[in-house]
Amino acid sequence: MTPGEDDAPVVPAAGRAPGSAGRVRRHTDPLVPEGPVRVSANVCQAAGCMSMGSDRLFADLKEDVVASGATDVAVRRVGCLGLCSAGPLVEVPEQGRLFEKVGAAGGTSLAELLGSLTGEAPGGREVADDPFFARQVKVVLERSGKVDPEDVEDYVASGGYEALAKAVTMMSPDEVTDEVVRSGLRGRGGAGYPTGLKWRTVAKAPGEGGKYVVCNADEGDPGAFMDRSVLESCPQQVLEGMAIAAYAVGASRGYVYARAEYPLAVKRLQSAIRQAEASGHLGRDILGTRFELHIEVRIGAGAFVCGEETALLASIQGGRGTPRPRPPYPASAGLWGCPTLINNVETFANVPSVISRGSGYLAGTGTERSKGTKVFALTGAVVRTGLIEVPMGLRLRDIVFDIGGGLAPGRRFKAVQTGGPSGGCIPEDLLDMSVDYETLSQAGSIMGSGGMIVMDDTSCMVDVARYFMDFCREESCGKCLPCRVGTQQMYRLLDRMCHGTATMAQLEELEGLAGMVRATSLCGLGQGAPNPVFSTLRYFRDEYLAHVQDHRCPAGVCPMDGTPGAPVPPEGALMAGTGAASTGGAR
Amino acid sequence: MAPTTAAARQAPSDDKRWRQVDVRMRRLGYRPDGLIEVLHTTQEVFGYLDDDALRYVGESLGVPPSTVYGVATFYSHFSLKPQGRHTCVVCTGTACYINGAGQLLEEVGRRLGVAPGGTTADGRISVLKARCLGACSMAPAVVVDGEVHGKVRPDALMAVLGTL
Amino acid sequence: MSEVRTLVIDGHDVAATADQTVLSAARENGIHIPTLCHLQGLSDIGACRLCMVELEGSPRLVASCVTRVEEGMRVTTVSERLNAYRRRVVEMFFLERNHVCAVCVANGSCELQGAARDLGLDHFELAPLHPEVAVDATHERFVLDQNRCILCSRCVRVCAEVEGAHTWDIQGRGADARLVSDLGTPWGSSTTCTSCGKCVQVCPTGALFEKGRSVAEPKARRPYLPYLVDHSRA
Repeated sequence: MTPGEDDAPVVPAAGRAPGSAGRVRRHTDPLVPEGPVRVSANVCQAAGCMSMGSDRLFADLKEDVVASGATDVAVRRVGCLGLCSAGPLVEVPEQGRLFEKVGAAGGTSLAELLGSLTGEAPGGREVADDPFFARQVKVVLERSGKVDPEDVEDYVASGGYEALAKAVTMMSPDEVTDEVVRSGLRGRGGAGYPTGLKWRTVAKAPGEGGKYVVCNADEGDPGAFMDRSVLESCPQQVLEGMAIAAYAVGASRGYVYARAEYPLAVKRLQSAIRQAEASGHLGRDILGTRFELHIEVRIGAGAFVCGEETALLASIQGGRGTPRPRPPYPASAGLWGCPTLINNVETFANVPSVISRGSGYLAGTGTERSKGTKVFALTGAVVRTGLIEVPMGLRLRDIVFDIGGGLAPGRRFKAVQTGGPSGGCIPEDLLDMSVDYETLSQAGSIMGSGGMIVMDDTSCMVDVARYFMDFCREESCGKCLPCRVGTQQMYRLLDRMCHGTATMAQLEELEGLAGMVRATSLCGLGQGAPNPVFSTLRYFRDEYLAHVQDHRCPAGVCPMDGTPGAPVPPEGALMAGTGAASTGGAR
Repeated sequence: MAPTTAAARQAPSDDKRWRQVDVRMRRLGYRPDGLIEVLHTTQEVFGYLDDDALRYVGESLGVPPSTVYGVATFYSHFSLKPQGRHTCVVCTGTACYINGAGQLLEEVGRRLGVAPGGTTADGRISVLKARCLGACSMAPAVVVDGEVHGKVRPDALMAVLGTL
Repeated sequence: MSEVRTLVIDGHDVAATADQTVLSAARENGIHIPTLCHLQGLSDIGACRLCMVELEGSPRLVASCVTRVEEGMRVTTVSERLNAYRRRVVEMFFLERNHVCAVCVANGSCELQGAARDLGLDHFELAPLHPEVAVDATHERFVLDQNRCILCSRCVRVCAEVEGAHTWDIQGRGADARLVSDLGTPWGSSTTCTSCGKCVQVCPTGALFEKGRSVAEPKARRPYLPYLVDHSRA
C-alpha cells in the first residue's frame, strides 16, 4: 500500500496550537493529553463506521476537544465496537457509555458528545445492561474496540504477545500443541475440524524443505464480515496466533491470504506485520530466541472458491484457484509440496487466550463438543445488526431477539440463514436450538464462518435458494463437471419456479440433481451448493408447492410472469445417427 | 521452493509506469508464483490488463502466456478491458440482496444501459457487482469511486451517479 | 519398488503397489471403470467424476483415478447408485455444449459417445444449456470446435507435461470456462504451438481434429504417444 492522504500532516486551524493539549501529528494519530486521562472517546475506525463518516468524526472531535481547552480528554482510534447499525459509534469506557450515530441525522450531535466528555452533561447510554452487549462473551473480540488497531504498543500494553512469549520461552512446541488439543478449539472457518489435531499432523510431518502456516482470510460468504472486522480491529492478535502456531508446528514462513475487497483490513494487516517485525514479535530472533517467522500478505482477486484450502494454496502459488482432490492434505503436502497449516482468522485469534490463560479457559465456555465462543455477523431483518461474539450453545432465539432486538414492528420472523452458500435456512420452529456445530448440522445448515442473516416475511425462500444457486453457479471454478454444470442446471429449474413455469416433475428433478451434485462434486463448494435447496425444501416445501402448483409467490417477491407449464425448449436431435442413444426428452 | 527464473526484460513501451511493475517483480524475485501479485500491481498502475502487459509479465516471470491468460480471466477482480472514468460497485451479498440490490442493478441497467461488468458507451461509468463488501449493516450498499453509500434506494443512487 | 497392498475390488482379491491408484489396479485386473479426463501418462485431476467408486466404510464417493490403494480397502465399481450418477454425468456433458453426433468428426470414435453407449443412456431429462461458443480453424492443420469440448483438459496436460509447449490452458471459470491458446490468440497465430498434434490425438471427443477429416472417419491412431510418457508415474 502506498502512503495515502491518511499520513498527511494535519494543518492546524488558525489560532490553534495543536501541541498545547496533546500531540496531534497526523489525521490518524490519537489525541493523548500529556497529563492524566480522565475520559477517553474511543472512536470506531472499522470499515462499517468509517463508511458512515467516522474518520471525519475522529478528526473533528480531536479539533473540538483541543479547542475546548480540556486537558484530560483523550480521543482514540479503535476497532469495531460491534453495533454497526448505529454507527458511527463512540464509546467512553471510563463511564461505560456508548454514543450512537454520532454526527448523523437523528443521532448524537458532536456538541452533545463534547459536553459529555468535558463533564457538562453526561449523554449516551449505559453499555452494561444493554442486551446487545450483555449476552456476549468476548474472547476473539476481547480487544476489538479497545486497542488502537494500528499500534503494536497499544496491543502489547493490553497484554498482547504475552502468550507468544510464554510459548517460545517456557513451553516446548509439543506442549503448545497439547495445550491447543486440550482446549477443544475447533476450526472457526466452517467445518469445525479440531485445531489441535491439525497442528499435530503438521508438527509430525517431515519438513526438510520447510513448513508453512497460512491464515485463511478469504472471507467469501455473502453476508459475513467477521474476519474483516477482526483484521481491522486487532490484526496483532491474529499474527500472534499465527506465530504461536508456527512455533508449535516448526514453520518459519507464513502467508495471510486476504480478500482484495477489504482494503482497510489489508492495509492494517500490512502495517501490523511491519510493526511486529520492528518490535521483535515477528521476523528473526523473535523475543530474543532462535525462533523466526516471516509473514507475507497475499491478496485474493475475487474468487469465492479460494476459501477452499487447496484452491487457496493454488492461488498463493500464483495459479488459477482450482481445488485438487485430497488426500494428500495440505498438512502433509501443501505450499510447494511442504507441510502447511491452514487455519482461519478467527481460529488464530483464539489461540493467544488458550496459551496465556490455559486450555481450560475456552473449555469453560460453550457446549460439550463446541468449546468457546463464536463470532457472528448478525445482519438482515433484525433491529440491531453488527458484529457479535457469543458463547457456543446460546439459543438462536436469544441471538435474534435479545441481541438483535427482534424484527421491525409489523414484520414476522421467517428464517435465519447461516453458513453462506453451503449453509441452510433455519425456520421459526427451531429457534430454541442451541447454536453449536452439531446442532446446526443436524438442522441441515452449518456453522460456517459466521454469517447470520435474519429473514422476515418479505423474503421468498425459493428466491433465496435461487440467489445462492446463482452465487455458486458464478463462483464454480469449472474444474469438475457436477459443480460446473449441475449448478447451472439447478439454477435453471429454480429460475423456472420463480417465473411460475416449473412442473412438479421438475421439482422432483431438482431434488435428484441436488443429491447428485452433493455426492459427486470434487470440493466443498460443489458438495455444499445444494444445501440451501435441501434446507428450504425441508422447511419451506409449501412455498415451493405454491410456486409450482398454484403459480403464486406467497411473499410476493418472484415475478411469476411465465406461462404455467410452458414447454421446455426443444432439445434437438443431439445424438441422432449413433444408434447409441436416442434423443429423448422425458417431457 | 519454486524455481526462480529471474529475468529483467525490456518493457513494452517507455511509459514510466512500467517501472512500478518492474519494482514489484524485482521485490518478488521474479518468481513465477508472484504472478497474481504482479497482476494486481499492473492493474493498479494501468487500470486494466492488456495483451502487452500480460505478455510482458509472463515473459519476465517465466510463465507461459496461456497460464497468464488463464489466471487473469479466472479472477473477477482483474479486467482485460479499460474501465470507465468512474466506477459504481453494487454489492450483491445476501443482506444487500434481500434489501433490494437487484432493483439497484435493474435501475442502473435501465437508466444507463449497462449490465454488470459493462461500461457506458461514453466511457463515463463502469458498473460492477461485488460478492459481499462486508457492509451488511448498511444494506444495500453501493461503492461509487471508492466511497461507500449505505441503505441506497434506486433514485438516490441515480442522483449520486448523476453528479459524477 | 514400492510395497505391495492387497485390496478387494468388486469381490476380487487384487494386489497392487502402494503408489498405484484404485483405477490402475482395477484396470490391471481387467475391471473396467469408465473415465474421460484420465489418460495414462498424464497427471490425474479427478475432474470428470466418471470414475467414481464406493469405498466400504466411507460415506463419500471417491474418484478412483486420484485415490491410492490401501491395505484392506474394499472397492465397489458398479452399483445402481454409481450407474445413475455416471449416466447423469454423461448426460450433463452432452447437454453442456452442442454435441450433435451425426455431424461430428468423432462419431463412432468418441469416448463420450462410448460412455453413453456403455451406460445405456438412452434419453435426456435435463435441458440443454446451449452456450454460444466458437470454432477456431485458423491453424493450418487442425481445428478447435468448442461445441464439442468437455473441458477434460487432456490437451492442456499433454501440451504442458509431454510437449512442454504450454499452448493450451483454461480461461474463465464455471460456465464461462473455455479452452484457450496463448493470450486468447487464434490457434493459427500462437507463438508457442509446435504443431505437434498431440492435443488432437488425446482429445476424447471431436473438439480438436485434423482438417480434412470427414464425419465419422476413424481417427488415425498414432502409436507414438504411449512411448512419450513415463508409465512408472501412472
